[in-house]
Amino acid sequence: MNRLQTLFKEKKDPILSIYFTAGYPDLNSTLDIAEALEKAGADFLEIGFPYSDPVADGPVIQNSSQKALENGMTLNLLFEQLRDLRKRVSIPVLLMGYVNPVLQYGVENFCHAAAEAGIDGVIVPDLPMYEYEELYRNCFEQHQLSNIFLVTPQTVEDRIRKIDDLSNGFIYLLSSSATTGKNLAVSTDTESYFARIKAMKLKNPTMIGFGISDKESFNKAAQYTRGAIVGSAFMKLLGAPDYLSRIPKFIQSLKN
Amino acid sequence: MSYHVNEKGYYGNFGGAYIPEMLYPNVEELRSKYLKIIHEPDFKQEFELLLKDYVGRPSPLYLAHRLSERYGAKIFLKREDLNHTGAHKINNTIGQILLAQRLGKKRIIAETGAGQHGVATATVCALKGLECVVYMGEVDIERQAPNVARMKMMGATVIPATSGSKTLKDATNEAMRDWINNPVDTHYIIGSVVGPHPYPDMVARFQSIISEETRWQLKEKTGTESADYVLACVGGGSNAVGMFYHFLEDEQVKLIAVEAAGKGVHSGKSAATTALGREGVLHGSRSILMQTNDGQVVEPYSISAGLDYPGIGPQHAHLHTIKRAQYVNITDDEALKAGLLLAQLEGIIPAIESAHALAYLEKMKFKGETVVVCLSGRGDKDLATYMNYFGLG
Ligand SMILES: Cc1ncc(COP(=O)(O)O)c(C=O)c1O
Repeated sequence: MNRLQTLFKEKKDPILSIYFTAGYPDLNSTLDIAEALEKAGADFLEIGFPYSDPVADGPVIQNSSQKALENGMTLNLLFEQLRDLRKRVSIPVLLMGYVNPVLQYGVENFCHAAAEAGIDGVIVPDLPMYEYEELYRNCFEQHQLSNIFLVTPQTVEDRIRKIDDLSNGFIYLLSSSATTGKNLAVSTDTESYFARIKAMKLKNPTMIGFGISDKESFNKAAQYTRGAIVGSAFMKLLGAPDYLSRIPKFIQSLKN
Repeated sequence: MSYHVNEKGYYGNFGGAYIPEMLYPNVEELRSKYLKIIHEPDFKQEFELLLKDYVGRPSPLYLAHRLSERYGAKIFLKREDLNHTGAHKINNTIGQILLAQRLGKKRIIAETGAGQHGVATATVCALKGLECVVYMGEVDIERQAPNVARMKMMGATVIPATSGSKTLKDATNEAMRDWINNPVDTHYIIGSVVGPHPYPDMVARFQSIISEETRWQLKEKTGTESADYVLACVGGGSNAVGMFYHFLEDEQVKLIAVEAAGKGVHSGKSAATTALGREGVLHGSRSILMQTNDGQVVEPYSISAGLDYPGIGPQHAHLHTIKRAQYVNITDDEALKAGLLLAQLEGIIPAIESAHALAYLEKMKFKGETVVVCLSGRGDKDLATYMNYFGLG
């Protein structure tokens, strides 16, 4: 069992995950931010590796990705930085990014480097299920990496079942079909979608992401799932010069 | 060896549908229905009628006498420039709008580089009374101003893409984001043989009319439907796939795909994808891509907005890999000169994109062979660039 699976097994309270882009705002801020987030009470982390053409992202993460690339972030460098990850951080950590950098790094090399660094899972939004099964799954499972799939309000039931079968960490529910950074507008439609998924009694836990920005949206998500993922709202905070010292208050404002 | 897509959506190693889950329902709907719809008699009838009466097909196959004389070959121009809206792009947008209608879509989005695909999309939206939103790079909005005006006049909304190199790649990113945010009722009319499966195959089928006509036209004019060489320029590769399609299995025909070298393949300002690229994933398919070692897409450059793209369609990646077609490149300077030459020898001003294909004739040696060049578009949109370059006017 990896750290992520253990967390979902043991934790009773709502789970808070934070996404941030490696290499933003400073090239070498990755571990400082990760450590500060753990101290402040985040339950697990998603570290984004930047890509030049992030089609699933809104302006905030587009900008952080571009800045990180300008700063010189690469997958190679990120894995170097992560060598000290497990000396400083004990909560589960996932890597999140697009498929092309992984492909260029080499799938085997990527899995190996991730496992070596103590990574627990991977989210690659543009990796199709078919390719995952054919080319990635063995390697991921061998290295105890949970692969996280996304589900949207338009995902049909059969496909959700299939995703549930292939998942071994949690399932990432998008609050709506949207690029990242749009605020969650809870309507009767979204609530009935969350309720519909809950009623499916999936084997894997679920988390809600995209558009979670404050205590209200976090609590709403936690009513239907095990918790929520905050990305763009946190990335905005990293825009401030004294970002590290602002992290505790930000996390407290989301949890109770 | 198959030249076409398999049931998994691949051409050899290339293709697939590398899309986030948010795009899956729309792409899957398209994948599961496109073949059935385009084979329905009522679809075929409407498609053919519009191509004939609205687009003006068949487009002529013109034997360019003075050009032929100059090069010592029998050079035919496939006159896609004479289509309504001035390029081959409309063959695809007519097909896709009829498909979108049959899928019950109410809103159409598109990306555009040179503006030809944007214009062709705005045109079919006006024809069918559908809402139209076109994404176009800020740089392209400037260098292809006449096409921006045409789109607006036909009622389309043109949204500038301001990220990256502010050209075709970035416009495509924005269109994909729009589709993610509008998962119901919107159809994305991709303008080339790129994107996730089934787009490359679907667009190829709509553009295949180019070579279908060429073959019977050659038969009429030369007594045989074959040729020695067939040339076309490649941005994403739709006019080239359309021009090659019915020649693929005719193995004696040499197929030549011309990419944009910009200021030179190794100048750092180029869009010669097969010369500079490696296997990678962009805009939903696995193909050949200009990228860094870290897998970041390299900003391309070409004077021609329609060829200023860091990738090529997966079918081209396949044809390149198995060497069924030869991929070559032409610089800005060579293309502009070829454009001027055609204007002065034949009274035809080609789009700068098409001028890349013409320019390659200069590098070939002929002994009376039969050659077909796809004249993918007319040069009206490029007049300012030609005038500037040659100090005319
Ligand atoms: C006239 C013309 N030719 C060629 C192209 C390149 O596209 P493709 O390679 O898909 O034919 C364009 C694109 O805008 C164009 O306008």
